[in-house]
Amino acid sequence: MAGHINTTNRISGAPEIDYATSARFTFDGRSYTGLRGDTLASALLANGVKLVARSFKYHRPRGILTAGSEEPNALVELREGARKEPNCKATTVELFDGLSAQSQNRWPSLENDIGAINGLLSPIFVAGFYYKTFKWPASFWEKLYEPLIRRAAGLGRLSNLPDPDSYEKAFAFCDVLVIGSGPAGLAAALAAGRTGARVILCEEDFRLGGRLLSEAGEEINGRSAREWLEAARAELSSLSNVTLMPRTAVYGVYDGNTYGAIEKVADHILQPAAHQPRQRLWQIVATRSILAAGALERPLVFSGNDRPGVMMASAVRTYANRFGVLAGKRVAVFTNNDNGWRTAFDLAAAGAGIPALIDTRTDVDAALSARGRAAGLNIISGGQVVATNGSKALNEVIFTDARGVKQNVSADVLAMSGGFNPAVALTTHKGARPAWSDELATFVPGDLPGGMSVVGAAQGEFSLGAALRGGHTAGLAAASATGHDGAAGDAPMAADEAYRHAPMWHVEGAKKAFVDFQHDVTASDITLAHREGYRSVELLKRYTTLGMATDQGKLSNINGHAIMAALAGKPMEQVGTTVARAPSIPVSIGAFAGHSRGKDFKPTRHIAGHAHAQELNATFIETGQWLRPQWYARPGETEWRDSVNREVSTTRTAVGICDVSTLGKIDVQGPDAAEFLNRVYINAFAKLAVGKARYGVMLREDGFILDDGTVARFGEEQFVVSTTTANAGRIMKHLNYCAQVLWPELDVQIASISEAWAQYSVAGPRSRELLQKMLGNAFDLSDTAFPFMGVAEFDWAGVPVRLFRISFSGELAYEIAVPANYGDALSRRLEAEGQPLGACFYGTEALGVMRIEKGHVGGPEMVGTTAEDVGLGRMMSTKKDFIGKALAYREAMVDPARQRLVGLRPVEAGKPLAGGAHLLEKGAAPTTANDQGYVTSVTYSPILKSWLGLALVKRGPERIGERMRVVDLLRNTEVEVELCSPVFLDPEGSKLHG
Amino acid sequence: MRIPCPYCGSRDLREFTYQGDAEATGDAFERTYLRTNPLGRHKGYWYHDNGCRSWLLVERDTKTHEIYSVTLAQKEEV
Repeated sequence: MAGHINTTNRISGAPEIDYATSARFTFDGRSYTGLRGDTLASALLANGVKLVARSFKYHRPRGILTAGSEEPNALVELREGARKEPNCKATTVELFDGLSAQSQNRWPSLENDIGAINGLLSPIFVAGFYYKTFKWPASFWEKLYEPLIRRAAGLGRLSNLPDPDSYEKAFAFCDVLVIGSGPAGLAAALAAGRTGARVILCEEDFRLGGRLLSEAGEEINGRSAREWLEAARAELSSLSNVTLMPRTAVYGVYDGNTYGAIEKVADHILQPAAHQPRQRLWQIVATRSILAAGALERPLVFSGNDRPGVMMASAVRTYANRFGVLAGKRVAVFTNNDNGWRTAFDLAAAGAGIPALIDTRTDVDAALSARGRAAGLNIISGGQVVATNGSKALNEVIFTDARGVKQNVSADVLAMSGGFNPAVALTTHKGARPAWSDELATFVPGDLPGGMSVVGAAQGEFSLGAALRGGHTAGLAAASATGHDGAAGDAPMAADEAYRHAPMWHVEGAKKAFVDFQHDVTASDITLAHREGYRSVELLKRYTTLGMATDQGKLSNINGHAIMAALAGKPMEQVGTTVARAPSIPVSIGAFAGHSRGKDFKPTRHIAGHAHAQELNATFIETGQWLRPQWYARPGETEWRDSVNREVSTTRTAVGICDVSTLGKIDVQGPDAAEFLNRVYINAFAKLAVGKARYGVMLREDGFILDDGTVARFGEEQFVVSTTTANAGRIMKHLNYCAQVLWPELDVQIASISEAWAQYSVAGPRSRELLQKMLGNAFDLSDTAFPFMGVAEFDWAGVPVRLFRISFSGELAYEIAVPANYGDALSRRLEAEGQPLGACFYGTEALGVMRIEKGHVGGPEMVGTTAEDVGLGRMMSTKKDFIGKALAYREAMVDPARQRLVGLRPVEAGKPLAGGAHLLEKGAAPTTANDQGYVTSVTYSPILKSWLGLALVKRGPERIGERMRVVDLLRNTEVEVELCSPVFLDPEGSKLHG
Repeated sequence: MRIPCPYCGSRDLREFTYQGDAEATGDAFERTYLRTNPLGRHKGYWYHDNGCRSWLLVERDTKTHEIYSVTLAQKEEV
């Protein structure tokens, strides 16, 4: 919408600002107007808002310090309700119409913050205060001190509501990744792009240009830098092999030339459009990368350097040149290098008063001094700012001149410059340390991650000419390394302005001089830490929390370490520095989670008969990724046990149908398939007849049980192995390992066919009747034609069928499998054919009841047990070798005192048993030494009208008939039981042969 | 980390699972339990389970994660 500039500090002529399009926003409930192209910070400054935050520990009033993502002070909460997001840097928030922002860490208001009393109590909040002050009594820490401190100190608050937006992950691949779009990055992207290399250019800002957006009066190739910038943007947009990614910050460097980046897709609009993600987490695989992340200006450490209105000199210039905002009307400058002068010149040209330019140096370049004098600047050489005044915003700067005479000027902004630190964070993510440069008095990149080169200010090359040349050369080299040697023209030319500076780490003064603005660490905290013996930078960091805030110490670390070095009388290279870890800027947890949240946390797999099971009112249970019917409630059944009891009774007296499609199915084929399985299973498979199935057990290499299941032989060279649902993937991997790594000489092929077949167990005395009726002439199910453990493949009205006569329930039972796309039809057909026979579907609960009644081992019995432990020891072949055999006969594995499988029945009928409870001898105290074993599985048997249990008990099978106590100290129960055979029902197996 | 699978090309680590030392020697007990954990060059078995399901022999640096060679664990003799 069109609007007029009604804000006090706005000036005209900023090319990145759309003066015709206003954006209304609120800050702490008050309405303001900004312009398109603003950040929240520039719009607040344009409206004369200086106080935007309270500090972390002392609740000191804070303003806007920088114009970038290194901002430590101006953290705000954005939006309201569920979309509220804390700790957003006002300096990087792209303004949009309707934005609402709130200050944080203050109560009741930003102007009047009760917590500011912490400032008066500051003697107890010094470095290490929480180690010293809140020590006794210990119990007070968790209940009193920590909650108090957490409430008093801190940053923003979460909404505590589910995030309504979605986040996504994406992968990208390129030849050359350029990180940063300042002059060096643009020159690199142009050079590489012109050769035809696939280039991705990531820029965290919403506009490409970096420092070119912030500077006035620069020239490239003899034209204004602005013209060159616009031409570069246009050319890059026109190249189809170049992908420009604004609003995308590269936050991490990983192995394999992989870079993490976060794209703010919809942070700059009120809310994302339908199906649009809020943010996108990129993983960019780049053969080469060029780091052109620029440099960060270093604050100066002096009394009162955190007062709102004290700002970085380059930021003050950025607000004027890029955003058309005068941060103040009277801008004093405090600098130790030439950059402060640029701010003074630009701000004077923009109409601000410059009450003083205080330079710590006495040897300022003569030409620069002359230019300053010509501009009428009040130049103080050899000066130092010693204090600032102003209650919630700066109004006075007090400084000394070269002779030490104190003076004061009124000012509403103090622009400070302590020199520049290359943004080296991304060079350190793989463990390399940056290198100290005495010449630049800062750290420059040391060893680099493979494939990376660093250009421009990030490399310590601070001049515009060097940035352009370095970028161009690196772009060409990176493209060439990926096989692209096309023409790319000449490097853009610009002046090489000198970087003249004199390090200045700390101005002694009476009041707090902040080193780490975000964590409220002062120069005196570092002095205290040094006095108390914390000499290593790693200890200094932890004791004072220097550099531990969300900005990772981007502005504070070097100053802090330099003060430490001075105290220790050591050179900087000996003091060292801490290294940064990814992410180098805060990234929302939501972005890392992507779509993996709620029910999408993992894939959900549906059986082919899922819809039918839903129609039958199934309750589902998650088993791995699968949803399996747990029971099928019918009208009148008030609790799950009613349904399960009915399903068991129906199956044992008539016929029950159970979906067993989720069991793993692995096809094993080849001339050596039989030999292969012979080596994999503990029992023999070489002589299994075609058309027969056999139960098998596999061991791990260490001799413990791995998995069990049936193996069916459909041909001389074709087997189908079944696995438990949970182990399907693991066994596939295991069999591939055996085939590929252990026995490559065996000619065998393995394929997972788990998803290819839908399989139903049909169990109970009337199961044969049901299936024969359904299959008709397609197959003869009579006992002679198809005996127990028979398997067959046949065609049923054009549908391939696999039929198995196997039983987990102990009943006469079959499993029938059809291709998965017929699964739904088969499920419905079984229901229809079964209805006249009184059939019902049963779920995993009834399946479990029936397997315990029959004493079949399941998952709970196969954890860290041997085949002998669970009564399957006799299956272990002595005539052949198999996996696990070598270690299965170790002394402790065959110790007769091991806990082994038995059945349990409560002595007093009707007493319930609890899984996990421990067995004790009568009269024995419940101690570990007296422990005899534990209950693995329990169920109520509707057939035997009693609770039944399976347990692993020391020498269990020798103790059948003995009475013991089942003690559960967690649920506080104790039940007397009698040990018995684990096979509770039909021990002769007469039913399944019926 | 990325592993150049001989069948599938350069793939992200998440497609693979690590099995163990490919240089373990000695008897069954030693091979199962007494494995070295060297700093530096090391050969291990990896499984491309979210890819071609090949078992791979990967020689890499356990400190820098640099990969020196990747071959199929299955010998050519089949």
